[in-house]
Amino acid sequence: MNKISFSIDEGEMFGFLGPNGAGKTTTMRMIQCVSPITAGKLDVMGMDVSTHQREIKYFMGVVPQENNLDGDFTVYENLLVYSRYFDIPREEAEKRIEELLDFVQLQEKRDVMTESLSGGMKRRLVLARALINQPRLLILDEPTVGLDPQARHLIWEKLRSLQKQGVTIVLTSHYLDEVEKLCNRLVVMDNGKILVEGSPRGVIDEFIGSDIIEAEHSPQILECLIKKEVNYEVIGDIVHIYPDNAMELSEYLLMECSLSKISARPATLEDVFLKLTGRRLRE
Amino acid sequence: MKLVDYFVIPSVSSRSYKVWQRNKDVFMKDIKLNFLPPFLEPIMYLIALGFGLGKFIENIDGVPYAKFIAPALIAVSVMYAAFFECSYSSYVRMYYQKTFDAIIATPLTIEDVIAGELLWGATRSMINATVMIPVIAFFGLIDLKYSLLIIPFAFLGGLLFAAIGMCFTAITPNIMSLSYPILLFITPMFLFSGTFFPLSALPVPVQYFAIAFLPLTHMVNVIRAVSFGILSSSLLFDIVWILIASIILLILSINLMKKKLVV
Ligand SMILES: Nc1ncnc2c1ncn2[C@@H]1O[C@H](COP(=O)(O)OP(=O)(O)OP(=O)(O)O)[C@@H](O)[C@H]1O
Ligand SMILES: [Mg+2]
Repeated sequence: MNKISFSIDEGEMFGFLGPNGAGKTTTMRMIQCVSPITAGKLDVMGMDVSTHQREIKYFMGVVPQENNLDGDFTVYENLLVYSRYFDIPREEAEKRIEELLDFVQLQEKRDVMTESLSGGMKRRLVLARALINQPRLLILDEPTVGLDPQARHLIWEKLRSLQKQGVTIVLTSHYLDEVEKLCNRLVVMDNGKILVEGSPRGVIDEFIGSDIIEAEHSPQILECLIKKEVNYEVIGDIVHIYPDNAMELSEYLLMECSLSKISARPATLEDVFLKLTGRRLRE
Repeated sequence: MKLVDYFVIPSVSSRSYKVWQRNKDVFMKDIKLNFLPPFLEPIMYLIALGFGLGKFIENIDGVPYAKFIAPALIAVSVMYAAFFECSYSSYVRMYYQKTFDAIIATPLTIEDVIAGELLWGATRSMINATVMIPVIAFFGLIDLKYSLLIIPFAFLGGLLFAAIGMCFTAITPNIMSLSYPILLFITPMFLFSGTFFPLSALPVPVQYFAIAFLPLTHMVNVIRAVSFGILSSSLLFDIVWILIASIILLILSINLMKKKLVV
């Protein structure tokens, strides 16, 4: 990690975006007090990660990128054994486990060993496990990877309601629509550095504008665009145009440049992401 | 890391009990299966070696052969139980099951986790000794009354072998390589620690080597003396050796694992 600096407000939903290998998981692990920070300072809930590990972790729930359910136990036992690590009294734990199993809809699988769960069920169980200590801070490293749309919606709903209860949520995700919908603020990282920080709307407006026009690549259109002095980008056989006024420019392109196939759409976080981090695949 | 860093006393909390409890719960799920080896193995060894091979062997130091090897069988079982628990089993939990990763996201630290694993390894040794003592006493080969002293001692010895196993878990590049310490250290101990024949049958330099570097030698000495009900002051040396080695290796094993896992 290279000189990153960020601050997350209490009760906020905060996203870390970035290509594979950008350093998102590494940052999450530092917040979790699992990876040491070699230089600089990191406070979580007002406590220093290098001196107050136990206290911080007591109030934190974690969904790691890689599932690490306890394969020696059933679904129910996984939650029960985990509750003991937080010193949750047995009776209270049993109550919470029932609620959580209802929430992630795994009641029917309660006595099944975790290895015979489907991928999505495992993910849901990991989320339930992260909530067993009623955390004040929730760290989610790609929480919805491998989930069906129903489960994703279920989890979004739950995250929103947790946020309403004052829980601070930090998440990473490669589903940018998810981040756009959920997060109050986000950063985009690459190569261990933070490239931008802001609200989803804010960064879209700053880097792309409100709309994008997509058109087929042809010599005429480029000529037309250069004449009009608008920003554009050629991506394969498609041209992305970043207009100030999408309506006006679409009309112009249709009328003056005699183009037939163009489409205007609102700019998304994905456009920002690709613009900032490039289109090349990461090794 | 400098050499002294490996011997800094790690900060372990009482929460390591939760890790011990986790492993105990898993053990209890298959309790019948887990109790079978310490119950059957001594019977098989005693029949084959003690009463079979023993027929052709004269008394050793005035002791029938079966009686000579019976305490050693307990010592060997103490060694195997803790060593395997904290080598293969811990490695599987650490690397394949990611159990440690899950636990250190809770208020437990990595030191707590390893300490819990070591305590559990020692507990396995104690369980094995506890199961074996009545079985061997049934054959009239040990004095049941004195032998109860073996149980707490099995826990201490178990800690030592747990620490040895954990050190190898920390330095092994992969699970296959764990067969090297077994081939080069555990198996020679099984054979050359005064287990199946007295140490005095070996060349003198080898005897000294065994006393200096093979922990099982001291385990066998103590357990044999206790089960015969003969307590002598020389046992104090064996116990102090085990104590010191245990303390050093327990500390070392936790620090080695911390180095391996904190990235
Ligand atoms: N255990 C490790 N040891 C050494 N380097 C590592 C380790 N884990 C990750 N890295 C390196 O650190 C960098 C950041 O990895 P990190 O896992 O934080 O990326 P990420 O942003 O989470 O990526 P992804 O989207 O693929 O999950 C990568 O270059 C990776 O190779
Ligand atoms: Mg990651």
